[in-house]
Amino acid sequence: MMLNKLKNAWQNIRQLSGDDAYERYLAHHNEFHADKNDAEPPLSREAFFKEWQTSKWKGVKRCC
Amino acid sequence: MHKNLKLIIWLTVGILGIFALSTIALNRGESINALWLITAAICIYAIAYRFYAAWIAAKVLVTDETRATPAERLDNGRDFIPTNKWVVFGHHFAAIAGPGPLVGPTLAAQFGYLPGTLWILIGAVLGGAVQDMVTLFFSTRRDGRSLGQMARDEIGVIGGTAALVGTFLIMIILIAVLGLVVVNAMKHSPWATSTVAATIPIAMIIGFYMRTIRPGRVLEASAIGVALLLFSVVAGGWINHHETLRVYFDYDGLPLAFAIIAYGFAAAVLPVWLLLAPRDYLSTYMKLGTICLLAVAIFILRPNIHMPAITQFVDGTGPIFGGKLFPFVFITIACGAISGFHALIASGTTPKLLANERDIRMIGYGAMLLESFVAIMAMIAATVLEPGVFFAINSPAGVVGKEAIDAVAKINSWGFAVTVEQMNQLAKDMGESSLFARTGGAPSLAVGMASIFGSAFGKNLLALWYHFAIMFEAIFILTTLDAGTRVGRFMLQDMLGNFNKKLGETSYMPSVIFTSAIVVAGWGYFLYIGVIDPNGGVNILWPLFGIANQMLAAIALCVATGILVKNGKLKYAWITALPLTWLVVVTTTAAWQKIFSADIRIGFFAAANDLSAKLAAGLIPADKALIAPKLIFNQQLDAYLTLFFVAVLWIVIADMLWVCAKHLGGKSVLPTSETAHVMTSLNDEWVRD
Repeated sequence: MMLNKLKNAWQNIRQLSGDDAYERYLAHHNEFHADKNDAEPPLSREAFFKEWQTSKWKGVKRCC
Repeated sequence: MHKNLKLIIWLTVGILGIFALSTIALNRGESINALWLITAAICIYAIAYRFYAAWIAAKVLVTDETRATPAERLDNGRDFIPTNKWVVFGHHFAAIAGPGPLVGPTLAAQFGYLPGTLWILIGAVLGGAVQDMVTLFFSTRRDGRSLGQMARDEIGVIGGTAALVGTFLIMIILIAVLGLVVVNAMKHSPWATSTVAATIPIAMIIGFYMRTIRPGRVLEASAIGVALLLFSVVAGGWINHHETLRVYFDYDGLPLAFAIIAYGFAAAVLPVWLLLAPRDYLSTYMKLGTICLLAVAIFILRPNIHMPAITQFVDGTGPIFGGKLFPFVFITIACGAISGFHALIASGTTPKLLANERDIRMIGYGAMLLESFVAIMAMIAATVLEPGVFFAINSPAGVVGKEAIDAVAKINSWGFAVTVEQMNQLAKDMGESSLFARTGGAPSLAVGMASIFGSAFGKNLLALWYHFAIMFEAIFILTTLDAGTRVGRFMLQDMLGNFNKKLGETSYMPSVIFTSAIVVAGWGYFLYIGVIDPNGGVNILWPLFGIANQMLAAIALCVATGILVKNGKLKYAWITALPLTWLVVVTTTAAWQKIFSADIRIGFFAAANDLSAKLAAGLIPADKALIAPKLIFNQQLDAYLTLFFVAVLWIVIADMLWVCAKHLGGKSVLPTSETAHVMTSLNDEWVRD
């Protein structure tokens, strides 16, 4: 019970910081794109992270 | 829970809130415990959240939990992702809470603790939190569109353009004033300067680590970075005590300003992964950690507030900035009460993560309440200082005199006790050579925080706590500076792209350099003037920033009011129309006074004319006569800028009223841009625990 809560909190921290962004992307890719015939292979961790970081800073992300 | 029991609990909260509020409002004794402010704040937030925000969500906006959000409908695994509500809350809060709620209340403390505190509380629950929540809601109903796009879609081209131009100009002023705050904290302080300088290579190391050594391992990298940052605070102390090394970090304001300008340009041109992204991680952890620490320390220590409830400076003669309580307290404290900038985060960024409309109240309204609470803590940290000390740190040399003896005499003449020995001892405790005339809020807040932390966690580390607080403020001020310059650059490229395709490409290097240089030159100019201005610069820049930020808030509230009326909710439109009216009154009055007041400490033209006259009569010493023409030009420029802000505001209001009148008169207006209802199919257990 307690352990589950801690696990949950850790998951949230990972998600909040973007630590698990690649795993989430892979899960999304496997669920929606992998079964199509012309599916492209998923990005590598490095390539994904590059793209993720660039797109994250395209707009207004920080305030006064 | 039993109905009666609930009623009793809420009645108790209400009575406690009223009691705490009247205690802080009516107290005229020597001092008051900070816990009263905290109690009043928490009770007011709880009641507002439970009743007002819930009523808005249920009756006015009618949030619909069966409706699929953009995050669900447009889920692409990248920017549109249905996300756990606590994670969204964390993202949203980290994005909206910057240095604003720390600096504003500290400056406004010159009026006493009461006016600022009341405005932070009332402004947040009736204005700021409502603005954030309705903007989040309307953007969620429109595929997460930005405020500018919504203004264009719902009101028209004028509103949209005004929002865009307003954002750009705010950014310029905001960065300049924040840069000034950092410069005033670093000048002639080898410890602060070396620590702040060390944050740059630390960010780069972390950037490399996340990019190439262990790609995407964000938490690991951040942990290393935070450890390095804490070490840099300690190392700064060693440098400060080292006879030869300390000289390399001991600078006047002007070289520091140029260093920040050069840094800003480099940060905007360099790739995000190298500097901006890692710095942002570090600053976010530092920010959240320090805010929690401050809250814990205030609870443990329960410090007494020494600032009077209201000072004589409500008459407009305040040393930090000129101007009467009305309207200037409402301009000085923008973030923490109502901040237009939040509308840019609440539209565009946060809606793309929101999994269910039910959570709009918690994320939109709740996060703003938390930011307001941060502002209350900043107010406490500033007012636990002896008022004499507070004014000695914050009064610019142009007002109280350059020499310590003159400054102390002047402050004593206002009725606030402070001595030169006391200030010297304080500076020594904090590991600084002098704390006089460090206008801007960061140093006095750091002294306040250091004394709170020191009393709660051990007094022998005062200097360390002080420089920790300076580092903490500097690191996220520099993040705002990086991010702001970059956003300004994107906006400029976007605009220029209409004339020349090549200039609009965000990866075309000549355009990147050209547009970054323009943005940096824009804020660099204001920063430069702020540093050479003997009256501290904050006196000019902060009100300008406040007016600009409130103008953006007014635009956001205009858009919201327009949408409410168009959606047939005229009888509820007051929820946004009320704060809008107040903001319009406040901004217009403040702008009017800044432009036309005959008082040279308030009116831009009056100050320019006064200086010209003195210059012509040869009353200004030679060294100051050199910079006088620049100051005169700047005052005039600021006056026209203020005029421009108010003009934009009134144009948007007129546009909104025109659209509302046409709609109510049965004529056709732009159709609503709300997307159609799609049933949600998310099993939402996982996003709501």
